[in-house]
Amino acid sequence: MHEKKHSLRGVFVNGILNENPIFRLVLGVCPTLASTTSATNGLGMGLAATFVLLGSNVVISLLRNIIPDKVRIPAFIVVISTFVTIIQMLIQAFVPALYDALGLFIPLIVVNCIILARAEAFAAKYSVLFSAADGLGMGLGFTGALILIGSIREMIGSGTIFGNALFGASFEPMLLVTMAPGGFIVFGLILGIINTVTERVSKRKGAQAS
Amino acid sequence: MNLRLSTGPHFVSRESTQTLMLDVIIALIPTTAAGIYLFGTKAAWVLAAAVIAAVACEYIFQKLAKRPVRVTDLSAVVTGLLVGLNMPAEVPLWLPAIGSAIAILLVKELFGGIGHNFLNPALLARGILLASWPARMSVYFMPVRLLGNTSAIPAGVDAVSSATPLIRPGGYEIYDLLLGNIPGTIGEVCKIAILIGFLYMLFVGTIKWHIPVLFVGTVALITWITGGDVLKAVLSGGLLFGAVFMATDYVTNPMLFTGQVIFAIGCGVIVAVVRMTKAYPEGVTFAILLMNILTPLIDRMTSRKVYGTVKQHA
Amino acid sequence: MTFTLSNFLLFMVNCILTNNFIFSRYLGCCPFLGVSNKVETAAGMGIAVTFVMGLASLFTYVVYHYILLPLGLSYLDTISFILVIASLVQFVEMFMKKSMPALYNALGIYLPLITTNCAVLGVTILNIDNNYNLLWSVLNGVFGALGFLLAIVLMAGVRERLESSNIPETFKGFPISLIIAGLMSVAFLGFAGLGVN
Repeated sequence: MHEKKHSLRGVFVNGILNENPIFRLVLGVCPTLASTTSATNGLGMGLAATFVLLGSNVVISLLRNIIPDKVRIPAFIVVISTFVTIIQMLIQAFVPALYDALGLFIPLIVVNCIILARAEAFAAKYSVLFSAADGLGMGLGFTGALILIGSIREMIGSGTIFGNALFGASFEPMLLVTMAPGGFIVFGLILGIINTVTERVSKRKGAQAS
Repeated sequence: MNLRLSTGPHFVSRESTQTLMLDVIIALIPTTAAGIYLFGTKAAWVLAAAVIAAVACEYIFQKLAKRPVRVTDLSAVVTGLLVGLNMPAEVPLWLPAIGSAIAILLVKELFGGIGHNFLNPALLARGILLASWPARMSVYFMPVRLLGNTSAIPAGVDAVSSATPLIRPGGYEIYDLLLGNIPGTIGEVCKIAILIGFLYMLFVGTIKWHIPVLFVGTVALITWITGGDVLKAVLSGGLLFGAVFMATDYVTNPMLFTGQVIFAIGCGVIVAVVRMTKAYPEGVTFAILLMNILTPLIDRMTSRKVYGTVKQHA
Repeated sequence: MTFTLSNFLLFMVNCILTNNFIFSRYLGCCPFLGVSNKVETAAGMGIAVTFVMGLASLFTYVVYHYILLPLGLSYLDTISFILVIASLVQFVEMFMKKSMPALYNALGIYLPLITTNCAVLGVTILNIDNNYNLLWSVLNGVFGALGFLLAIVLMAGVRERLESSNIPETFKGFPISLIIAGLMSVAFLGFAGLGVN
């Protein structure tokens, strides 16, 4: 069952860096675009998704030897959607402002490709502890990326960060950035820039090694 | 002489890019001159900021991306001019600079440079600016000097910020519309200057007549059918400027004649509809952009001479 | 909302253009970015999604109003909707495998992925949030999907054309596709204010 030797720490860090769900795997695009209108929204969505990811990875890992292979996808979906329903109700009750801001995209966490992909690729095969580490790592990687993109969009589009005004009154925010087109463009640019930077870094590493 | 031939798929001329761009710049001179005369030195600064930013961005990008530096082909100058001419005169200079940067870097260079952009750079930049800083981009002023025999500003027009011909009830007089004694962006107001430029480009063969004529003609026709004032409709807003200088960019319009006809008529229909439903005060920018997006599909349809059969697979 | 011709047309304009699922609402991005390199495949995907979204709207409406609400279980909507959609997609898959094998093969992994297409689950939830009756729910599903179809076909047209372009290596693929989508949605902003919800 275990082909590779993972360390708990390695699995955890993997989700944040090497296989960062947004910047490396490019999964979960829709919620990324929708929730990065501000850093706070990004944080909220990220934590909600992490909760679901952690919960579903653990439960699916626990049940991995019991679920028949033929119905595994529907079974995963039931588990995931249960956790989503839980977090949906929690947010609605305790953080209504976030509930309004994220709207449709809270229940849409169910179809966030990241969660199903991790369930299939990891939780179904590995032990509970490792699955939890993977879920947590991926979730935090997701959250980190959301906060990064959300901060940038918030700074340029509203002139604030986490709701606090950054620049003086004479700053005229670029409204498009918090709108749909801005989301696409900013995300695309950030992705391209990250790709360029990582490529240059690995080229330099390669040159040093040889 | 720089005889670099563009590799863009729509390039059919045997001229170099530089002479082509030069002709466009010459065609834009009447409009530029009229704009600066009408709106004063502010307008000149706006245009300068736009052009300088455009050329600088292209130079820097091409250097950083290790591509051949091609600023001498003057295409950046043209883009910058068009960005500037599409602005109201009373804007802070960072606005046209950002507009040029967006047009050159995001819409043109990122996709591979000249010939590879799929949207009109100046127009898309204008769309982005409109959405990002709506207050700045939609406040128009009466010109500070008037052309021709109109000696006074028409009664009821606020000298500080005014309604463009499309918004003001009753519009303006034909005489003023033609000469540009109206509020609007720097380049769009003086229709006579635009027409002179149009005739020049036709004469030297930079553009063909059918796209602008069909575009404007479609708007005229629809206005006539719905009982509007045709002459005023045609001379109001950014229609003439867009039809002559933006819709004719051959990188972003269809390759074949039939396709271009569809393109022009499509633009006209969208502008007419938007004006009728008053969803936006001006539809020319978005009409041309939308037709730019449709252009690859129009090319597919017209090259095969088969209409819209996308369900061919079994 | 009463059904009149003008309401119908304005609603259609709203779903397809003004509040386009991709360009305004961010719904359906994964297949939009993944299946848009060829016009024919994109069109096929769009049509498959239209089919699924229309039926999903229909079935989820029934489930919600005739099963969940009467039993006081409306909070189970997310779970039940996604199960309905998953089963629907299974059926569509089997149907396509038999009757449209070429398209079935062309879409490959993306066909079962319609289950995770935000647009499908999204529209079913929107129907509930907006209190649409059965008719408007189904229309919302169908027209929303047609907007998706429009977006994905336009995108494919542009991407086919850009195949020969000189885009920087590190931007090829997802980054430039996202930027293209963004630029296209700027153009679609021109429709703001048209139509009715």
